[in-house]
Amino acid sequence: MYTELVMDHFTNPRNVGEIADADGIGEVGNAKCGDIMKMYIKVENNVITDVKFKTYGCGSAIATSSIATEMIKGHTIEEALQLSNKAVVEALGGLPAHKIHCSVLAEQSIKAAIADYYTRQGIDPTLIVGEIHECCHDGECGKE
Amino acid sequence: MHRFVYADNSATTKLSKNVLDAMLPHLTENYGNPSSLYSIGQNAHAAIDEARRIVANALGANKENEIYFTSGGSEADNWAIKGAARILAKKGKKHIISSKFEHHAVLHTLNALEKEGFEITLLDVHEDGLVRLEELKNAVREDTGLVTIMFANNEIGTIQPIAEIGAFCREKGIIFHTDAVQAIGNVEINVVDMNIDMLSLSAHKIHGPKGVGALYCRNGIRIENLIDGGAQERNKRAGTENTAGIVGLSVAITDAVQNIAARNEKKKMLRDRFIDGALKIECSRLNGDREKRLSASANVCFEGIEGESLLLWLDNKGICASSGSACTSGSLDPSHVLLAIGLPHEIAHGSLRISFSDENTVEDVDYILEVLPEIIYKLRAMSPLWERIKKEEKGE
Ligand SMILES: Cc1ncc(COP(=O)(O)O)c(C=O)c1O
Ligand SMILES: [Zn+2]
Repeated sequence: MYTELVMDHFTNPRNVGEIADADGIGEVGNAKCGDIMKMYIKVENNVITDVKFKTYGCGSAIATSSIATEMIKGHTIEEALQLSNKAVVEALGGLPAHKIHCSVLAEQSIKAAIADYYTRQGIDPTLIVGEIHECCHDGECGKE
Repeated sequence: MHRFVYADNSATTKLSKNVLDAMLPHLTENYGNPSSLYSIGQNAHAAIDEARRIVANALGANKENEIYFTSGGSEADNWAIKGAARILAKKGKKHIISSKFEHHAVLHTLNALEKEGFEITLLDVHEDGLVRLEELKNAVREDTGLVTIMFANNEIGTIQPIAEIGAFCREKGIIFHTDAVQAIGNVEINVVDMNIDMLSLSAHKIHGPKGVGALYCRNGIRIENLIDGGAQERNKRAGTENTAGIVGLSVAITDAVQNIAARNEKKKMLRDRFIDGALKIECSRLNGDREKRLSASANVCFEGIEGESLLLWLDNKGICASSGSACTSGSLDPSHVLLAIGLPHEIAHGSLRISFSDENTVEDVDYILEVLPEIIYKLRAMSPLWERIKKEEKGE
């Protein structure tokens, strides 16, 4: 079902954990739908110098968060904001069609962390970061 | 290499050597069409007749002509329910009672009938995963024609009060069907004593081949055909017979109903050893009644983790099991069975079903119990949900 690379990121996730003095923290998803992603970023001179994540979710959710951290570490905030869900999935060598929705949280959690970073700087993030989808199923989750 | 442990026998089972040996000649020499008059056709025909006698006998049926071979449990369920409902509808009986946690082969069939104008009542299965006879009695109406309640649930393994339901339905003149796909070989079944009018079974859950099953339909119960065509199965179910599959089913069921009580003792020991070990893990729970369950099946939830990632790790360690999380059910919601017993979504996502067979050993169970806590620890360590659960515990 999953590519070797997906399984590699699942079994050896990169950058797992927390950053105690993070400059931005973003959490998206919810327990009801089965995925929560939390991203911690450290920013220096507009560059993401460190990133860590915690994920509750399926193999696809864990692997996408892992590879997404690798794709933004050492990059500028602008570059990180460009990271799309599609690019993450491609970098993993693809995901089964019914698993794509489990991967979108990676992009969203990075955006949420960057938005938090801006907010802490006293900058309104909405125009820079854009809309953040809190959940992977277009708002279907969390509804009774 | 790791140990390999197959603990997903509720999903399917390994074909047994006995079954394979019995099937092979029907795939090689006896390839004739059972409807043909030459000898290799007639040999196949005779083998099917014999298989029918064997299956009837294993169920305690009065007559072998009460057994119809199908392509599996799903077809048997579809046929029994749709076939009976359409005849009952002509008598104005358009109300059917079932339960909330039936297999999709039953539930989706009932959905289809609902669209045709039938009214369906789904009984609650409560926290323990058991239907209440009282609630069935209360649900019965003037126009109730059919009750279909599964013998044992495929996900949590709970066994329903089938004999009581059967006796009640017989007294009321209501047709009673049960999906016994998971129960065969695990529970002593006698269709006559239990007042069962129709029963579905499937070969691949009892070490037989996939794609073959049977419907028991008591003489006197009328059902419409589901598959029209040739005159096979006494004009009731068309299609050239799956001779090897049918013979395989008959051997599988013969072995499955052998010494049930003694074999259950061993399987229960494995099951209980697993349950006791698994429940030692913090924030875990057993789903469904502890006693009224299949001897070889257990379903446990672990808070703060998601089922698919648990299964992937178990697979990585050589263990085959299953889960009812959304990501394994292929939909946005966790399994309807776990929701039916009242589990919140976030807990249902962390479910694990372990189902043993006669072939499993104590070493298998101990290996699972050795690997499982490490995996759960690892997944919880990276789970923001677990972090939240722990914070709430501390009252933060
Ligand atoms: C309770 C129950 N009913 C029906 C089925 C369907 O049987 P089959 O796979 O033979 O169609 C299964 C197995 O998946 C089952 O567990
Ligand atoms: Zn979601």
